[in-house]
Amino acid sequence: MALDPSFVGRTYPPTDPYEVGREKIREFAEAIGDTNPAYTDTEAAKALGHPDVIAPPTFVFAITFKDAGQVVGDPQLGLDYNRMVHGDQKFAYTRPVHAGDRLSVTSTIEAIKSMAGNDIIDIRGDVHDEAGEHVVTAFTKLVVRAVTEEG
Amino acid sequence: MTAKISYDDVEVGTELPAQSFPVSRATLVRYAGASGDFNPIHWNEKFAKEVGLPDVIAHGMFTMAEAIRVVTDWAGDPAAVAEYGVRFTKPVVVPNDETGALIEVSAKVAAKLDDEARTVRVDLTATSAGQKVLGMSRAVVRLA
Repeated sequence: MALDPSFVGRTYPPTDPYEVGREKIREFAEAIGDTNPAYTDTEAAKALGHPDVIAPPTFVFAITFKDAGQVVGDPQLGLDYNRMVHGDQKFAYTRPVHAGDRLSVTSTIEAIKSMAGNDIIDIRGDVHDEAGEHVVTAFTKLVVRAVTEEG
Repeated sequence: MTAKISYDDVEVGTELPAQSFPVSRATLVRYAGASGDFNPIHWNEKFAKEVGLPDVIAHGMFTMAEAIRVVTDWAGDPAAVAEYGVRFTKPVVVPNDETGALIEVSAKVAAKLDDEARTVRVDLTATSAGQKVLGMSRAVVRLA
């Protein structure tokens, strides 16, 4: 069933701030095997001009995708999570995420399309810090695969 | 932001040092925990096959995280990355053996975008088992 295009432009209320911890950044950097000292060594990060250790570029996805759950789980939209795959992902950074950030995400449905029976939904997640300054925007394209005969 | 590569020292076609990233089942379990993405297609072979996949596959976001390391290692400061986007074209299939899978990433400067902002576009190529696993994989990088 095609998704309702009238949902385009809908913005979901920001969730409670996510507090970025040094050890969470370290855990993520270790999980991707990245030994860049900017992620784990406060002095190394400061030498590069950052206030504290910074997070790898894709770290913020965990925060934005959790917020996008409001869209994915919106019963009125009726997106079938079990047939959903991640199509595209993009980030546009104003500055890197760093330890101590308290980040809130506002998710907006940017587009809904139907192609060859697949539903395609574009969700934009705008991430701001506690001062209200923009940090990064995540653009997430989700594809809900068509129900096939065998499926 | 303090990139160690100067805008003046690169030209269109400049290649970044290529890297290979091994992925085992243990890598995926660890990434699941760190990222909070516990979708069973990334750790449960039975489930993955039931939904039509050949085997357990790596998180697309894991592959995305590995690919940009070619850029952040080159630039020195990860904050040099101003934009980064990918399309997930094929899954990285991770067998349950000693070797797992390998993600091979190469990259080159595709365009010098802005002489004032000193930004370049870097195009990335990521393959696993001979197949392209990311498409439209591009980063805008602010150089020194």
